[in-house]
Amino acid sequence: MSYLPLTDGERKTMLSMMGYSSIDQLFTDAGLSEKVKLGLGESMSEAEVSAHITKMAGEITSPVVSFAGAGAYDHLIPSVINHLTSRAEFYTAYTPYQPEISQGTLQAIYEYQTMICELSAMDVANASMYDGGSALAESALLSLRATNRKRILLAESIHPRYREVLHTYLSGLDAEIISIPFDQKTGMVDTACIERNSDGSSAMLLQNPNFFGVVEESAPRMAELIHRTGGLFIVSADPISLGIMEAPGNYGADIYTAEGQGLGTPLSFGGPYLGIMAGKTNLERNMPGRLVGRTTDSAGRTGYVLTLQTREQHIRRQKATSNICSNQALVALSANIFLALLGKEGIYELALQNLAKAEYAKRKLKEKGLRLCFSGANFNEFVVELPVTSAKVYKDLSKQGVVPGITLDRWYPQLKKHLLVCVTEKKTKAEIDRLADLLGRLVK
Amino acid sequence: MGETRYTDTHEWVRQEGEEQLVGITDHAQHELGEIVYLEVKVSAGDKLVKGKEFAVIESVKAASDVYAPISGEVTRVNDAVVQNTGLINQDAEGSAWIVAVKPTDIAEFNSMMDVAAYKKAIGEG
Amino acid sequence: MIQPEKIIYDYSAPGKRGYELPRLDVPAVDPIKVLPRTMQRSKKARLPEVSEVEVVRHFTRLSRLNYGVDIGFYPLGSCTMKYNPKINEDLARLGPFINTHPLAEEKATQGLIRLYYQLGEALLKIVGMSAITLQPTAGAHGEMVGMLIVRAYHRDRGNRRSVVLIPDSSHGTNPASATLAGYTIQEVASDERGRIDLNALRKAITPEVAAMMVTNPSTLGLFEEQMPQVAELLHEIDALLYYDGANANAIMGRTTPDAMGCDIVHLNLHKTFSTPHGGGGPGAGPVAVTEKLAPYLPVPLAVKAEGGYSFDYDRPKSIGRVQAWQGNFLVLVKALVYILTMGEEGLRQVSEDAVLNANYLRHLLKETYYFKYDYPCMHEFVASSRVLTAETGVRTLDVAKRLMDFGFHPPTVYFPLIVEEALMVEPTETEDKATLEAFANALKQIYQEAKTSPDKVKGAPYTTPVGRLDEVKAVKELDLRHKFTDA
Repeated sequence: MSYLPLTDGERKTMLSMMGYSSIDQLFTDAGLSEKVKLGLGESMSEAEVSAHITKMAGEITSPVVSFAGAGAYDHLIPSVINHLTSRAEFYTAYTPYQPEISQGTLQAIYEYQTMICELSAMDVANASMYDGGSALAESALLSLRATNRKRILLAESIHPRYREVLHTYLSGLDAEIISIPFDQKTGMVDTACIERNSDGSSAMLLQNPNFFGVVEESAPRMAELIHRTGGLFIVSADPISLGIMEAPGNYGADIYTAEGQGLGTPLSFGGPYLGIMAGKTNLERNMPGRLVGRTTDSAGRTGYVLTLQTREQHIRRQKATSNICSNQALVALSANIFLALLGKEGIYELALQNLAKAEYAKRKLKEKGLRLCFSGANFNEFVVELPVTSAKVYKDLSKQGVVPGITLDRWYPQLKKHLLVCVTEKKTKAEIDRLADLLGRLVK
Repeated sequence: MGETRYTDTHEWVRQEGEEQLVGITDHAQHELGEIVYLEVKVSAGDKLVKGKEFAVIESVKAASDVYAPISGEVTRVNDAVVQNTGLINQDAEGSAWIVAVKPTDIAEFNSMMDVAAYKKAIGEG
Repeated sequence: MIQPEKIIYDYSAPGKRGYELPRLDVPAVDPIKVLPRTMQRSKKARLPEVSEVEVVRHFTRLSRLNYGVDIGFYPLGSCTMKYNPKINEDLARLGPFINTHPLAEEKATQGLIRLYYQLGEALLKIVGMSAITLQPTAGAHGEMVGMLIVRAYHRDRGNRRSVVLIPDSSHGTNPASATLAGYTIQEVASDERGRIDLNALRKAITPEVAAMMVTNPSTLGLFEEQMPQVAELLHEIDALLYYDGANANAIMGRTTPDAMGCDIVHLNLHKTFSTPHGGGGPGAGPVAVTEKLAPYLPVPLAVKAEGGYSFDYDRPKSIGRVQAWQGNFLVLVKALVYILTMGEEGLRQVSEDAVLNANYLRHLLKETYYFKYDYPCMHEFVASSRVLTAETGVRTLDVAKRLMDFGFHPPTVYFPLIVEEALMVEPTETEDKATLEAFANALKQIYQEAKTSPDKVKGAPYTTPVGRLDEVKAVKELDLRHKFTDA
């Protein structure tokens, strides 16, 4: 078989050198005398497995155009990225525990850490977490450790899946989660509720723009409220929005988390994605995940190493800041390359395009008589109110190859007639006009 | 200087005036290698409880919890050592004490290992 | 020798751009008019400004500073650094796989859910379990899921348990994961044969014990024939046995965690199932359980009905989600392609060759290095530089660094903790005989060199882009990001 380079002759030679006449004998000697039938099929050649998998790929209906967002975004992906991440030296490399032969991986992570800090106005970023949801959950755990408190405040306008993940992560621990509701008119978090509950809380967690695409304009005030009582302010923000939106570190956030999929990774039916985490300078010893630091070798050459490893499981075991070992390194590399390609002006322009397209879409929909659900400002997502159930609209439009957005009632039962619409730089004017047309017909 | 006594988790205690000084042993610093970080989890006025962890010492590749060898009230934390952890490698059982404590029960000190017993415990006696 | 590479910011100059966006076809908008004042970006992020050419050269040059499985041997114990088949990469990149939104409706994504389901079924057959989640995105993630399932199980039965047992040879993620689920850890000693000491285990079993986490073969590469007895001791007090599947490469088609008496299993797809390590991820850590524990698995599970395939979210006893979506889907595709390619006979051959290669390599080394546990091994073994260190002062660390000059990535070092100056070696089945011999020769040569010129070994490596790095400085003078000269 192609991935088994030993020949039968070699196997025999090796066995007899060790005094065995068969591999079964070797297993028995090692303590294992059984064999089991697994019930799997026969081996397949490349051509056969290709046909099998390609057939399954054929059973997938892709829309002609999709306005789905909700934490997984259809952004442009520069062709360079795949070429670079497909280099064997990157993707077949192991974790860089031996830095002398891993400088490629380590330096790339250092650059990535830098760029994430720049985007979010933070001082230290880790090498990645699993996804936006688990990154948010781990930031909550960080705040419990750092403040020695047992309660977190969680905005209900955070992605419902992220909140589910957070509940799971805290379920084994002695910690309380207090839900902070959002205003039904504006779509923004109720800051008065934060004020009532901040005393004794380890952190206030916010998503900005939030799950509904609404920009949380009172975020600085929230920072003040939680800081006043000694807690931390944790903000989850789409990194592309940070092209034109204020960096969380500049409006009081102590920890920044995010889903980094939009930075050069395709939708991939949900994974692998990229958990981003960054924090202010006094938090680095409490941070989970790998950290790369710059140093020198004995000849004075600059080099990069994994550092502050005593936080991690392989040294600290049950007292580690997290159990995380493998993370999403190659996806972080994609993000790194993406940010380098777009650069300082490109990320700004990209964010502007998203804003412009979403504003255009909102205007067109309003012209057709549709209502926006929330009054707050938006980046590239917003909630539209429909005259009929969004489930019906989704079904009808899908038949025409248009996914008009994400229906919300599975998470917010009161939002049965509402659609979360995402308009990225990839949507053309014609596609947006068509969406407005199709939805506009419902109003008639 | 008074007598120094030891624990099998490599801490030492020495009476100095009204206080007892607490630190980690020379053997421990040698095992850890170059010490890069010290986190003292108590401040002056806090209670130290015998057997409970009150500090963490780190080298690049290892982290060690420091356990209170005696109970008492912390009177001082040795800031010099917190700022310059290299002192622990240089003078672990002398000037690199970590906390000074007003002990609650002198019997705890008396029941600790003396230097001969400690040396034996670490295989040097 | 390959030259070091500048930091990308050193290429940066205002006005350079690496990627052009399409022209805006709708009216431009001034953010000042749309976004609230408090949310206006005050200062642009200082990302580099470089051309596409410079980006490509920079990262290409960086890649050349790396070692990878496609370059050479990684004898890393417990990592199973086997070859990453290229057909896996190609098939994972099919358009419908990479372009489908995770919330796309089930009617449109039958091919995806079917693939997901097929992988789950195949993995269940390999481990002998009844139900499986593919959501965890790494082994440690799977361990956390496993420990939360333990917790949910005991809670459901009204048991008050607070302790998880682990062998003293266990991987660090085990105690870290159990701690995340709220448990305290109790270590169980290994006996003089390097196996779980059953007497020590009997003493450790108290009414507080919720579960034990084991791996088999152990991290010493030794098969625990007594695992069924371990299982019995735990099951007697209604505690659960968790199997860390990091070493599954040794047992495929020979035994299963189910046969050992385990209740929960996690697998590492980036180890046993050939998906690439990526420099530290992405991987995947599916968790399989016995039937009685199925209700506690994370949501959703892929299920098959007459209408087709779907994701089942109606699982009231589930521990919840550990990730926003379905898991690292593209990694799952690669693992399925691998399993289909190998088939039953192939996977059995994988384990046989893995065990054969490890024993052969051990055979080549056992007259030279010290073996604390001198027994036939499974897919990995642990050697030690202990004697060498006592004689020459040269340590495992030095041997590891000198190996790089011979063109090899070092084995795992200083793990498991119960072996002094440990060198943990796992060749895997994708290494040929000549490579094993070359590696053994290198290790023997270094051993000799340590005796005649220890300083030479202690100063290694000499032929790598950088020498040994000052890790003390990296901690004491923390430099975790590039700083700009203009503040």
